[in-house]
Order: sequence, then structure tokens, then C-alpha cells
Amino acid sequence: MKAAGLWIAGLYLALVALAAFAPDLLATHDPLQTDVRAALQPPSGEHLFGTDQSGRDVLARVVHGAARSAGIGLLATALALVAGLAVGALSGIAPRWADAVLMRVTDILLAFPEFLVALIVVAVLGPGGANVAIAVTIAAVPVYIRLARTQTRTLRVAEHVEAARILGVGRMRAFIRHVVPGVLGSLSVLATIGIGSAILAAAGLSFLGLGPAEPQPEWGLMLAGGRNVLGQAWWISVFPGLAITLTVISATVLGRALRARMEGRAA
Amino acid sequence: MSRALIRSAGILVSVVIVLWGAATLAFLAFRIIPGDAVSVMLGPQAQVSEEVKDGIRAELGLDRPPLVQYLSYLGGLLHGDLGRSYQLRMPVTEVIGRQLGPTVQLTALALLIALVLALAAALFARRGFARGVVVAAELIVLSSPVFWIGLLLLAVFAFTLGWFPVAGSRTPATLVLPAVTLALPVAALIGQVLRDGIDAAERQPFAETVRARGATPARLVLRHSLRHGAASALTLTAYLVGSLLGGAVLVETVFARPGLGRVTLAAIVNRDLPVVAGIIMLSALVFVIVNVLVELLHPLIDPRLGASGRFEAPAIGERR
Repeated sequence: MKAAGLWIAGLYLALVALAAFAPDLLATHDPLQTDVRAALQPPSGEHLFGTDQSGRDVLARVVHGAARSAGIGLLATALALVAGLAVGALSGIAPRWADAVLMRVTDILLAFPEFLVALIVVAVLGPGGANVAIAVTIAAVPVYIRLARTQTRTLRVAEHVEAARILGVGRMRAFIRHVVPGVLGSLSVLATIGIGSAILAAAGLSFLGLGPAEPQPEWGLMLAGGRNVLGQAWWISVFPGLAITLTVISATVLGRALRARMEGRAA
Repeated sequence: MSRALIRSAGILVSVVIVLWGAATLAFLAFRIIPGDAVSVMLGPQAQVSEEVKDGIRAELGLDRPPLVQYLSYLGGLLHGDLGRSYQLRMPVTEVIGRQLGPTVQLTALALLIALVLALAAALFARRGFARGVVVAAELIVLSSPVFWIGLLLLAVFAFTLGWFPVAGSRTPATLVLPAVTLALPVAALIGQVLRDGIDAAERQPFAETVRARGATPARLVLRHSLRHGAASALTLTAYLVGSLLGGAVLVETVFARPGLGRVTLAAIVNRDLPVVAGIIMLSALVFVIVNVLVELLHPLIDPRLGASGRFEAPAIGERR
């Protein structure tokens, strides 16, 4: 049962990846092609997910939106992982006062809800897809910094690192070869679970009109477009939302399984 | 006595640090903005001469050295002055004050619904099939964008069934769907932590003692393990209260309701930075107030925390 869930999650994510890299294999229609005569058509054999106000094929837009929607979340998570590792690991070996200052700064950032931090960053940088990725990164990074710092402090005095030092391995080399990989391992698990919330935050910003602009296909933006015709055409909002939810569930299920494996217990 | 005093002083210091840090972040948000603040507030289309821009700069105090601006900003905050909105040409406190009501109603009702749902899920779906259903529902809710949940509720309960109005804020009925939308992810998070907490409490030796005394499972949960489990759920709830403001931005947009969320979004779109800074300060203030309340409530809820508020379990060898 658990294994079946993991397989389904993995297969779905593979499908999203396929949509991102080779959308034409999954959708035959052009995501930007408007056709007023075919506006607001319910799902049919010709348009499996129906059409929107401009007569664009919703399936094609969901498929072509994968690269942007999942991509922004993935990019933000990767950036948060790298920045968190760098800052957190440095803080873990920094002098006491520098570590204390850095931890107070992350404390203050953690006092604000993630989505509000992302909104504020967009307010400063301005809207757009790249700025949304930066905003989601900054909102997520304090948690990564905290984990990297704690792990660095723990691993620095771990037995295998002590052993390497006694065997004559230099301080810097022991840090890079024996501490950083361990920290990276725990951060990767956090990141796998974090991809989901990054995708949700990015979709939220797009929904508010702060992300990629029309007519680009993006899941959050499509939901915003469907809001005004919800009473007549539920399919415009339902399918992109379903794509987001399934992506996030799959990433979360895989992340939890990975974490359970790292901690040495059953999922 | 002295311990309580030290604890109060500690709380006060952290309150001041968070508020000062938030004020500094809010101030920096003005400074690190790419381009000139006055050009940004006028918009890219504005045809305005440099003299006029200088005039605006002087009027807003932007021509003074950064440190002077920083100190006068902090000084203003001490008097409750958050500055003036670029767009609306009125004090930020007034902009926020006018829209506070609808958002407080929305978030308070959402919090109430979330706590009732979380408590019901943690208490009544503890084992077997019911637990499986609740765990799956929590995963789905937490993986769904909150605005999508709102749109689905609208499609079903407003457009199809016609039980609730589609938009607006005039009647109490308009509050139900937005509050439920905002409540669901919060309920799912609190429910998870509450259930884990209760399970952990019932694995401890004291639970065995209570059972051995002949208490029914219901009595064990209600009188003992719920109090233990509630401690971490309370800490999480405090954190989530702040996140309700972020959620309100999305929910108020979906349901076309007035409120602070709409104010925040408008300020971001128009780059009305004094209002954005005001929202940052409001959010920090809410965080501080909620956390002080939780600090005070914790000893009342968790039996392991004495009046000193510190967890004091005797080590095995120390027992007498």
C-alpha cells in the first residue's frame, strides 16, 4: 500500500517532468492559440479539459504551465538549499558573536509568516517570475540556515570527524569532506518536503498577479483567470488547481518517505 | 519570585528585539528598493521634472542622511506614527485602521473553526479507518493552494447549491466560506501536531498508571493526555495566527472581500512602501502579543510546567 503510493507519486512527478521538458508529447493544441468561437467549452473529446474565455485549450495550458509553475518552486528550493548550506555551515564554524548575530536575524525572519515575507520581497523587487523565485527563496531560507547550522555544530564533534582529524586530515579538509556532506544530506530531505510549500507559495503569488504575466501559461495565474467565470466554467479553475495539488502531494509523500528512511524507521 | 521576574524581563527583551528588528527590516525595505523611491511611487509613465521630484523628496524627508531618516522613523514608531501612504495620501495608521475590522472578523472566525476541527479530528479519529481518512484529508488540504480550496467551495456551495453568497461582506453569511477556506489548512496543521502529542503522551509511564487506576480511555484522553498534547499545538497555533494575515491576502482576493489583505496587495502592486512597512510592523506586533499570551498560558495547560514556567523533571539519580 505504502509502496504503491510512492510509485504513483513518482510516476506523477515523472509526468510533470515530461510536461516541463516535452510538452508537445502530452498536448496537441497550442497553449496560446485563441479562438473566440470556441470560448468556454466544457471538457470534450476535442478539448479534454475544456477551453477558457479566449477559447484556449485548458489541457495545453496546464501541460505547458508545468515548466514555469513547478520550475519556479524547484528553483526557489534549490537556491534556498545552497544559500542555507553556505550561511548555516559558516555560522556553525564562525566565532560565537557572529553566530549569535546571524541566529538573531533568522529569529526575526522566522517571526514573520513565510507567505508575508515573500509578499514583502515582491513589493521591494517588483512583480515577475524571477522575482517570485527570489521571494520564495528568501521566505524559505531561514529554516535551511537553522538546520544547516545545528547539523554543522553536531557533526563537527562527531566521532568520524574526530577520527579523521586524529589520522592527520587537515581542519579545512575534514570540514569539507566529512561535515558538509552530512549537512547536505539532512538539508536535501528538508528540501524534498519543502518543494511542495515552495510551489504553493509561488502559485499564490502568481494568483495575485505578482508572477509571470498573461498570456504565459502558469497554474496560479490560470486559477486567477478562471475566478470570474467560475459559475459558468468550473473546468478553467479546477484542472490547474488539481495539477498543483497532485504535484505537491507527490513531492510531500516522497519527501516523507525519504525522511523516514534517513531516520531509519518505516514510512 | 526572582525567577518570575527574570522570566518577565526575558520576555520583555525579546519583545523589544523582535519589534526593533521588524522596524529595521521595514526601513531597509525602503532603502534597498532598486531605483529611486520617488520615481517608483510616481510610476514609469509620470512626466515630472527633477525639481518637482526634489520637492517630493524634501516633503517626505528622503533628502536627509539615511541614519537621520532611520532614527526619525524609529522615533515616529514610538509615537505610533507609521508615516503617510504615497498613494492614498493619508496616515498609514488610518489606512490600516479602516480595514482592520473585516480582517479581524475573518481571521478570528477562521481560528475558531480551525481549533474546533483540529480538536474534533484529534479526539474522535484516533484509530483505524477514521484515522486513515483524517490523515489523508490533512495531506490533501495541506497540499492544495488555499485560493483553490476557496474557488472549489465557491463553485459548490455558492454557484451550484446557492447556500452562500458569491462575494461581498454585507451579511454574516458572506463570512462563512472565506473563514472555512482560511481555517482548513490551519486545522490540518494543528490536528497533526495535536494527534502526535496525544499519542506521545499515552506512551509515557504516567498513562499506564492512569489506566491501572481503572480510568476509561475517554477519561485518560480528556483529563490527562490532551493537556500534554495541547502544549506543542498551542505553540504552533501562536505561529499560525500570524500566517492568517498572509492567507487573508489570498482569501480576500478570492471572495472579493474588503480588508487588510486587499490593502496589502494594493500597497504591493502600487509599491506604496510606507503601507507595506506598516503591515510589517502590524504583523510583528501580532506575533509579539500572541507569543507573550502563549508564554503566560503554557504553565496553565501543561502540567509538567510549574509556576516557574520551566520544565523540571528530576533526573533518575536525583530522585529522593
